[in-house]
Amino acid sequence: MAQVTSEKYEAILDRHQEAGRDHLIPLLQELQDMEGYVSREAVLAIGQHLKLPASKIYGVATFYNQFRFQPQGKYHFMVCRGTACHVKGSDKVLDMLVKQLGIGPGETTRDRLFSLQVVACMGACGLSPVVNLNGEFYAKATPAKVASIIHECREKESVHAAG
Amino acid sequence: MVNIEVNKRKVEAKEGETLLTALRREGIHVPTLCHVDGLTPTGACRLCAVEVEGAPALVPSCSFPVSEGMKIQTHSARALEARRTIVQLLLSNHPDDCLYCIRNGGCDLQQLAQELGVRQRLFSGKRSVGKLDVSSPSIVRDPDKCILCGKCVRVCEEVQGVAAIDFARRGSQATVATAFDTGLNLSSCINCGQCIIACPTGALAEQSHIDRVMRAIRDPEKTVVVQHAPAVSVTIAEEFGLKRGIDANGSMVTALRRLGFDRVFDTSFTADLTIMEEASELVQRIQTGGVLPMLTSCSPGWIKFVEQFYPDFVPNLSTCKSPQQMLGALAKSYWAEQEGVDPANVFSVSIMPCVAKKFEMGRPEHGHDGQADIDAVLTTRELARMIKTAGLSLEDLPAGKADSPLGERTTAGKIFGATGGVMEAAVRTAHYLITGEDLPDLKIQPLRGTQGIKEAAVEIAGIRVGVAVASGLGNARQLIEQIRNGRQDLHFIEIMTCPGGCVAGGGQPLNTDQDMVKARLQALYSIDRDETVRTSHANTEVARLYEVFLGEPLSHKSHELLHTHYTKREVLI
Repeated sequence: MAQVTSEKYEAILDRHQEAGRDHLIPLLQELQDMEGYVSREAVLAIGQHLKLPASKIYGVATFYNQFRFQPQGKYHFMVCRGTACHVKGSDKVLDMLVKQLGIGPGETTRDRLFSLQVVACMGACGLSPVVNLNGEFYAKATPAKVASIIHECREKESVHAAG
Repeated sequence: MVNIEVNKRKVEAKEGETLLTALRREGIHVPTLCHVDGLTPTGACRLCAVEVEGAPALVPSCSFPVSEGMKIQTHSARALEARRTIVQLLLSNHPDDCLYCIRNGGCDLQQLAQELGVRQRLFSGKRSVGKLDVSSPSIVRDPDKCILCGKCVRVCEEVQGVAAIDFARRGSQATVATAFDTGLNLSSCINCGQCIIACPTGALAEQSHIDRVMRAIRDPEKTVVVQHAPAVSVTIAEEFGLKRGIDANGSMVTALRRLGFDRVFDTSFTADLTIMEEASELVQRIQTGGVLPMLTSCSPGWIKFVEQFYPDFVPNLSTCKSPQQMLGALAKSYWAEQEGVDPANVFSVSIMPCVAKKFEMGRPEHGHDGQADIDAVLTTRELARMIKTAGLSLEDLPAGKADSPLGERTTAGKIFGATGGVMEAAVRTAHYLITGEDLPDLKIQPLRGTQGIKEAAVEIAGIRVGVAVASGLGNARQLIEQIRNGRQDLHFIEIMTCPGGCVAGGGQPLNTDQDMVKARLQALYSIDRDETVRTSHANTEVARLYEVFLGEPLSHKSHELLHTHYTKREVLI
């Protein structure tokens, strides 16, 4: 792991020649855009490039909500926990997702089907509480609604599997 | 000179220094939980906050510079109240299991709560529940007890240049973590345990081997042999509240016998043996054009450091095992043979100033014939605990002597516990091996002292041998970088992982400070000054070992038992 094969990151790293630690966050963002999450390999490659220890990079990356450390699932849920959504009961919606999926925010199920993310505000307060599934907004979400969405996803998958 | 007024008393401070430094010099106690001497102040814990006349808020004395005419109250009602509140907030999510905590009685947080008269839980926060990390063979990390002072993080990065841990997440979620929250065993942690020494609470501790040692002692099948490292006898007295800098070798040996160990050997014996092997290896490398500079290999934290950060320097490492491993190997071969004991029934324990030794004993490269060289490692702290549990007091015990044939030591082996000591001992013997004569003056002053890097050039039979010594791996890194960049005048380099050497190891009494380190070093050097046998080649039991068992230094048998190899190591760096 010390000499990571950072070929797949070369194009991005090359854009940050002779970069200092001030390039850390842009690099994390670009590598996350490329892979969908911040992988261990990415952290080690950045570490070599910027001469920073992995623990430091992980420390910075975990400070911000924007970085995730597991690949997104096929079905990616975003739950808004902004003020308006909170007032309208988004905590119960989140609880339901956590319970149904068996994962916490920032995590992905082992079968890589579902992932869960908490965001501060999606700018759709009029629809609160809001849940977003793969870019599609679900307005006035309730635990029951969310449960049926998950159910639909699972149905679709079992049809796929059977077909 | 800057004139300030502290608690209505005139105090002279030095230009540019912090308030805390000035206060400490004056003997005025201001508590802190995050200050580390010599490192950048962070002002994280705020406990050192004092009242400065004219300032709108309390100021943290650890990071506030003195200025002319300053008027300070260190223990005003306001300052005390602030400190009490801080401690109460720190306790709000603390597990409060002091009775069962490894640091019970020796915890800075506990002591502060006591000093400030905290008598009830004022704030009830959500108790922290982290994952106890027992993955490391050396260190146990309990995040629940962590107060996020950051001392471990800074020591790991700024002193040791390792940075295995850092703060992760933020706000109430913040923790000290390794990269990707892996166990310490997968991180770049080198097991030195300087974080344990730095930790003000029970969040960091050694992996204890007390239970397995006691089980072996009670097992009638087992012959339990113990060795003690050179740096232990000069620190263990501190654990019993005795004066610092005392050599308690005799009473410690007696304590070990009373605890039930069947034989007491001295690691300084194999330190002398290490010198015979290592000096011979050096002479051989110089004479045959081997890889130079040769790097010492006694300090297991340093070895792992090289394996993961400087794998290109692995060939420079001496192939000698550390004195601990050498003694273990000999106990289960030479001694067991002589004694007529089955090596499989020998349980080999070492008392070390070090927690990395607990990692070293498990290295697969060590051991032979399916036997590990060492079965358990106890730190100075653990031994003190065992002695207390057994109802013994170091002070009252008569002096005992280590057992033959692995118990004789010279002062050269004893100063292994000090930074520069291995080098000094090696130069003494290398000079003898090459010229057949001892150095006119055995004391090599430039190699002594607490500086991070020390250098000397020694003339041996017309050859100029360049030697250097570094302690603290941040310093070692500097030296190695110089060599990477082409420096060529050095032949032999001694590296000790902990700043000051083994006397300041991660297994030593807690709250080690610079004055203590100096007193401990002084204790070792007094032994070297006062005794007469001061060179490893003059150790008669070592000579006998070669005569009847090993043959000569670097012999086939030596290689089999006393030498090893290292390889590049993959970790999350």
